[in-house]
Amino acid sequence: MTKAFQSVQSLQQALAAVGYIASEGLAVSLYLALAKARPLFLEGEAGVGKTEIAKTLAHVLGRDLIRLQCYEGLDINQAAYEWNYARQLLEIQAAGADQTDAHARVNALFSDAFLIERPLLRALRPGAGGAPVLLIDELDRADAAFEAFLLEILSDWQITIPEIGTIAAASPPIVIITSNRTREIHDALKRRCFYHWVDYPSRAVELAILQEKAPVAGAALQAQLVDFVQALRDKQLFKAPGVAETIDWAQALVALNCVALDPQTVDQTMGVLLKYQDDIARIQGSEAAQILAEIQLAATHGDAASA
Amino acid sequence: MTGSVAPIPSVPDPKLDQNIMLFVRLLRQIGFRTGPASMIDAVEAVQQTGLANKAYLYHALASSLIKRHEDQPLFDQAFRLFWRNPQFHEKLRALLLPQIRLPGGDADQAEDMARRLSDALGGSPETRPDALEEVTIEFDATATATDTDRILHKDFETMSADELRLAETAIARLAPKLPKRLTRRYRHGQQGKTIDLRAALRDASRRCGLVMPRFRRRIEMSCPLVILCDISGSMEQYSRVMLHFIHRLSAVQPRVHSFLFGTKLTNISRQMRQRDVDLAVGDVAVRVEDWSGGTRISDSLVQFNREWGRRVLGEGAVVLLITDGLDRTRDDGLSAQMERLGKSTSLLIWLNPLLRFDGFVPKSHSIRAMMPHVDRFLPIHSLQSIMDIADSLGGVDNCLDPSIEGWRRAARLAALAPQSAAAYAQEKE
Repeated sequence: MTKAFQSVQSLQQALAAVGYIASEGLAVSLYLALAKARPLFLEGEAGVGKTEIAKTLAHVLGRDLIRLQCYEGLDINQAAYEWNYARQLLEIQAAGADQTDAHARVNALFSDAFLIERPLLRALRPGAGGAPVLLIDELDRADAAFEAFLLEILSDWQITIPEIGTIAAASPPIVIITSNRTREIHDALKRRCFYHWVDYPSRAVELAILQEKAPVAGAALQAQLVDFVQALRDKQLFKAPGVAETIDWAQALVALNCVALDPQTVDQTMGVLLKYQDDIARIQGSEAAQILAEIQLAATHGDAASA
Repeated sequence: MTGSVAPIPSVPDPKLDQNIMLFVRLLRQIGFRTGPASMIDAVEAVQQTGLANKAYLYHALASSLIKRHEDQPLFDQAFRLFWRNPQFHEKLRALLLPQIRLPGGDADQAEDMARRLSDALGGSPETRPDALEEVTIEFDATATATDTDRILHKDFETMSADELRLAETAIARLAPKLPKRLTRRYRHGQQGKTIDLRAALRDASRRCGLVMPRFRRRIEMSCPLVILCDISGSMEQYSRVMLHFIHRLSAVQPRVHSFLFGTKLTNISRQMRQRDVDLAVGDVAVRVEDWSGGTRISDSLVQFNREWGRRVLGEGAVVLLITDGLDRTRDDGLSAQMERLGKSTSLLIWLNPLLRFDGFVPKSHSIRAMMPHVDRFLPIHSLQSIMDIADSLGGVDNCLDPSIEGWRRAARLAALAPQSAAAYAQEKE
C-alpha cells in the first residue's frame, strides 16, 4: 500500500487524520525528505513529538517501522549486523574430524545463515508495503565515531561487510533522525539531511493536540491547561515542559476528576509538568497562583471582547 | 524516489536559480558554511514545493540551508531582506562585485539588520593588515629563548607589552596534555581483558577451523573541554593571555567549547577554532560586547547551565573555570549554580590568578560560595603556572596543594553547617 502525497497539505491532512498535528514547517521538511528520498534530521527539546512523527509516518504509509535507539558505545555489531559466533563455533565442532570439503565448510561460516541482522541492515531490505521507515532515535547519545559509520548508509544506502561484500538497498528507506542536542552532530552528517528544529507548538496547535490526545478533558480545562503551559515556557525554566508533559498533565487532571485549574491542584500536580526540583520550587506556590490569575484575567477579557 | 511523493517535473527557471545562488552567497558572507551541494538542494527543494505559497519558499530554503538552530534568526533576517525588498536586491548585486563596497549601509535598513549581517554587507576590510603586522613583530620576539625564561615567573599583570607578546608566543608552542577517559569502543590486540570473538573466528577461517583466542581492549580518548573565562574589569590584564591559552587548547583538542563572560555569556568556540591566533582573537574582540565591564558570575552561570550545560557537558567533559571569583553583587544563587555546574561535569577545575599571593585566603563572599563545588583549584597568573596546568591536566592527583585542599574542605563544611564556618573564621584570625 503506497500512497503518493500530491502536496504539503495532503501530507499534513493525512498525518492529522491519524492524530498527529504537524506544524507547517515540519510538514514542508517532511514532504521534501519524502520527495527527495533524503533523511530528515529533527532536533528539538525532549517531548515535542520528534519520535512520534516517525511512528505516525510509518502508520500512514503502511510501512514497517525500524527503530535504532542510540547510546554511548553503540557500534556496528549492535547497529548493523553481527556474526552468530555461537553457531559458527558449533558448526566448526560439528565438522570435527570430517576432513572432506573443509575449505568450503569454512567459507560457509561467513554466509547469510550465520549473519544476524540489526536495525540498519534490516532497513535496507524491503518490508511490507515497500522500503521501511528507519528511525534513528537520539543520535546525540551515540558517540561521534558512530556518525561516521552512518555516512555511508545515509548517502549510498549500502553497508559494507568485509567478509561478504556490499549490501545495497533496492529502494532507500525513509530515514528520520532525532537529536535532543546534548552535543552537536557533525556538519558532514547534517549536510546529507533536511534539517528541522521542532519547536514548542503554538497555542492553537497545542490546543488541537490536546483535543486529539485528551478529549475527555473539557474544552474549558484544555484551554486553561494550554494557556498555563504556554505561560510557563516564557519563565526561563531549566527545562520547559514539552507537549508530552501537557498531554500527561491533562490526563492526570482527568484522573483526578478536575474540571478547572485551581492553585492547589496546580501545586499538587506540578511534578507531572516540571521535572527539576529548582524549577518546581520556583513555580510552586505564589508564582503558579499568579500565572493562573493572569490567564483567568486574559480569558475573561477575551470573552468580554468576543461578546 | 520512494514513490511516496509524486514527482513534479522540474521546470528550469534560470532567474529563480540565480536568485537562490545570490541568496546562498549572502548567507556565506554572514558566516553560514553552505556548500554548493546545499545550494543545489535548495534549488531542487524550491522546484518541488513550487512558488505558489510564500511560506513554502521559506520552509524549503530553510530546511535545505540551515544546519544549526543558532543560525535560524540570522537566516530569517537575511530571508526577509533578500526576498521582500527588491531594491535591496539591486544593492546586493552591486555589493557582490568585488571592487565596489557599500559604505556603512543605509541608516533605515541598518536598524533592523542583525549586526553580523550588517558587518557582512558593509564591513570594512581594514582589520586584516593590522593582524599581519603583529605577526611580524612576534617573529622578532621568538628568537630569544632566554627572554622566555626571564619572564617565566613574572605575573601577567606586571608585564610590558613586549613581554606579554613573548608569553603569547610561548603559549603557542605548548603541547598540553589533556585528561583522558575510557570510551566504550574497543581496539583489537594481542592482549586485553575481553575476548574478541569476531576476530578469533575470522582468524579461524584462515586456519581451517582452528580457533585461537583474540583479545580486545577499550580505547582511551581525551575528554572534551569546556572553558568559561571571566573577562570583567578585574581580569583585564589576564584576558588576552587567556584567549591565547584557550586558542592553543582548541588547536590540540577538536572538542573544546569556550565561553567568555562578564555581564553576559558569549560562545567563542568557532572563533577559537581558526588557525591564526591573531585573527581568532581579533574576531572575538569584535563579537564580545562586555570587555572589562562588571562581573555577574551568577547570572553568567545561570545562562550557561540553562542554555549550554546539557549541550556541551556530555561525554565526560572537563570544565575549566577561569575567574578571580570576585563578584560584587552578593548573589545567593551563586552557590546553587556552582553546585549544578559541578554536578553536571566529571571534573570542575577553577583557575584563579589571585592564587599567586602566598597569603591568599578565600575571604570574599562569592569565592566562599563557589569553593565547595570545585574539584581542583589552581593558580594561573604567570607563564610557569600556565605551563604547569598544560602538563598536569592529563594527570589526576599530581597537583592538589594540601593547603588549598584544607580550604576546600572547610568551605564544604561551611556549606553544610554554618556554625563550623564561624569557628573556621575565628581560628584563622
